[in-house]
Amino acid sequence: MTTTRIERRFAALRAANRGGLVTFITAGDPDYALSLDLLRQLPAAGADVIELGMPFTDPMADGPAIQASSLRALRSGMSLRKTLQLVTEFRKDDDNTPIILMGYYNPIYSYGVPAFLKDAKVAGVDGLIVVDLPPEEDEELCIPALKSGLNFIRLATPTTDDKRLPTVLRNTSGFVYYVSIAGITGTRSAASGDVSAAVARLKRHTDLPVAVGFGVKTADQAAAIARVADAAVVGSALVSRIAAHVSEDGSASSKAVEDTLALVRELSAGVRRARQ
Amino acid sequence: MTASAPASRNTYRNGPDEFGRFGMFGGRFVAETLMPLILEVEKAYSAAKADPKFAEEMEYYRKHYIGRPSPLYFAPRLTEHFGGAKIYLKRDELNHTGSHKINNCMGQILLAKRMGKKRIIAETGAGQHGVATATACALFNLPCTVYMGETDIARQQPNVFRMKLLGAEVVPVKSGTRTLKDAMNEALRDWVANVESTFYIIGTVAGPHPYPTLVRDFQSIIGEEVRWQMAEAEGRLPDSLVACIGGGSNAMGLFHPFLDDASVQIYGVEAGGDGVETGRHAASLTGGRPGVLHGNRTYLLQNEDGQITDAHSISAGLDYPGIGPEHAWLHDMKRVNYVSATDKEALEAFQLLSKLEGIIPALEPSHALAYVSKIAPKLPKDHLLVMNLCGRGDKDIFAVAEHLGVKL
Ligand SMILES: Cc1ncc(COP(=O)(O)O)c(C=O)c1O
Repeated sequence: MTTTRIERRFAALRAANRGGLVTFITAGDPDYALSLDLLRQLPAAGADVIELGMPFTDPMADGPAIQASSLRALRSGMSLRKTLQLVTEFRKDDDNTPIILMGYYNPIYSYGVPAFLKDAKVAGVDGLIVVDLPPEEDEELCIPALKSGLNFIRLATPTTDDKRLPTVLRNTSGFVYYVSIAGITGTRSAASGDVSAAVARLKRHTDLPVAVGFGVKTADQAAAIARVADAAVVGSALVSRIAAHVSEDGSASSKAVEDTLALVRELSAGVRRARQ
Repeated sequence: MTASAPASRNTYRNGPDEFGRFGMFGGRFVAETLMPLILEVEKAYSAAKADPKFAEEMEYYRKHYIGRPSPLYFAPRLTEHFGGAKIYLKRDELNHTGSHKINNCMGQILLAKRMGKKRIIAETGAGQHGVATATACALFNLPCTVYMGETDIARQQPNVFRMKLLGAEVVPVKSGTRTLKDAMNEALRDWVANVESTFYIIGTVAGPHPYPTLVRDFQSIIGEEVRWQMAEAEGRLPDSLVACIGGGSNAMGLFHPFLDDASVQIYGVEAGGDGVETGRHAASLTGGRPGVLHGNRTYLLQNEDGQITDAHSISAGLDYPGIGPEHAWLHDMKRVNYVSATDKEALEAFQLLSKLEGIIPALEPSHALAYVSKIAPKLPKDHLLVMNLCGRGDKDIFAVAEHLGVKL
C-alpha cells in the first residue's frame, strides 16, 4: 500500500486521538540560512505538518504580516528554485514530516509546470496549496500535480456553499484546508462555534482530514480548533515572531529561531492538551 | 501552449469562451473566497444583457449624465502640422468627470445595484477611475472606498481631493511600489473580506472573467459611435485607430467594434517610460511575457523567477505591469499592432495638442498622440486616422509643470 507522508501523518494523529499543528513560514524569511535552521527544528518543536510559503511579490490573499515576510525573503534573493533547494536540504534529516508548498501561481507558471512538478517531487515536497487556482482552473496545475503524485490541497471558505463544495472537493487530496473567515491572512479570528459548524459541514461531504486556519494566533485558539478539527494552521503569528527579530537592513538577531520555536512549542502544547 | 489557433468563424469578436479565455489568456485565477461571487457577477451580467430595461437605463445615463455621444472632432491644425493623414479625435475627454472611465463605472454600478450590493470599492492609478467611481456612487448613494498607491496620490493630488469631495474614502496603499498594481492587490484584499456586501468596480479590461468582457462591452460605445460618426463625416470606415494602453479599456472600447474590418489598421500605444530598451517602462506586450496576476493570464513585466517587476511611466494611469487579456490575445494573433511612446515623447505631445487645438490632453492619451506624430506625416492625405482622446489634462498640469521645471 502506497500512502503519502500527509496520509501517514494524519493517520498517526487520529490514532493518538489528537489534533495536529500545521506551521506556516515563508521560505527564505528573512534569509536562506536562518530559514533552513528554523525549518529543521520545527518538527522537534511540535510541528506536525509544515507549510512553506513560496515568496511572491503580489500575495493578494495575504495580510500585512505574510506580505512583509514574502518581501523579506525576496529581498534576500529567494526564488522558487531556492525554495525547492531548502526542501531538499530539510529532507536529508527528516523523511517523515510532510511539507506543503503554499503560494501563488505565477512563479510556478514561470518555472514551467512540468519542470516544477518534477523538481518538487524529487526535492521531497508532498503537496501544494495555490491560492489563486480555484477548481475552475484545475487543468493548469491541480490535475498534472495529482498525476505526478503530489497532493493538491484545496481551500474551502465560508463562501463555499453546499452546492459548490463538491466542486471544490472533487480533486482535493491529502487534506482540506478550511479558511475560517472570509478575509485575508493574519486579520480576524473566527468564532469557535462557527468553526465547529463549518467542520461538521465539511465532514458531511468528505472523509479527508480538515485543517483550519486564518486568524489562529494563540495556543488557546489552536487548542479550540484541535478539539473540533484534525489540525490547526498557524502562519501570521509565526512570521510576525520572526519579524520582531529582523532589523531595518534585513539582518536577523540570533534569537529569531529560538523565539519562533518557543511559540511553536506553546502552540503544540495547546493542540496536545486540547482533547484531554 | 500558444494562441496561434485561428479565430473561429473568421471573427476576432466572439471571445471569450465559457472559461473566460481569449486563446490562452484570461481565465479566473482568484482565491476560492471570491469564486462564488465571480460566478454570480457573470450570471447577473448575462441577465442584465438580456434585459431591455438595463439597456434603456444605460442609454439614459449615457445621454443625460455622461453627455454622450462624445464628438468625433476633425483636428485641422494638427492635421496640417503633421502634413499627412486626416486626424480625427474621439473626444471622450468631454465626458462628465473628464475621461472614458465613467462609461464603465456607470455600467458596473447599475449591475451592482441589480445584485443588491450595498458598498462599492475600486482601485485607481491616475485617479480618473476613482473619480468616476466616486461620482457614480454619489449619484446612486452608495458608500465608496478607493484604493490608491501613495506614489500616485502624490502625483495626482487634484483627483484625490475630487474623490473626497464626492464623498469617497481614499485609502493610501503603502505596499509594493505604491502604484496601480498595489492598489489592485489591496482592493482585492478588501473584497475577499467583504464579499457579501461589496461590489468591486474594476477600472480596466483586466481582472478575472467576466470583468475583461464587461468592461470592454461598457467601453465599446466609443467605437460604436466612431463608426456612425465617421460614416456621417466621411461616408466610410476610418483607415486607422490609435489609443493608449494602461490596462487597455479605452483602447478596447475603440478597437472592438472594428476588429473584423480588415481594412482598419489598429495601434495600441503602451507607455515606454524612459525607453523600452532601458528596462524602465510599462510596456507589458513589448517588454513582458505571459504570466498570471490579478485573476487573469496575460503579458506581464516579471523577472526570471516570475516575480512581478516595477512598471515606470510618467503617467499614473499607464503605470501597470500587465495588460488586459484580450489585448494579449490580439497581440499574439497580430490583429492589433502594439507599440510604445516614451515619457519625453508624451510630454511633447501634451504641449503640442494644447497649443495647436486648444485641448489639454491627459498624459495617457498624450502617449497615443506621440505615436500619431510618428505615423501621420508618412500617411496619405486621404487616410482617416482616429485617435482616442480618452482624458483631459487638468489633473496633470501640476505634474507636467514639475517635469518642465516650471514653478506654479
Ligand atoms: C485618461 C486615461 N486614459 C487611459 C487610462 C488607462 O487605462 P485604460 O488603458 O484602461 O484605458 C487612464 C487610467 O487611469 C486614464 O485616466
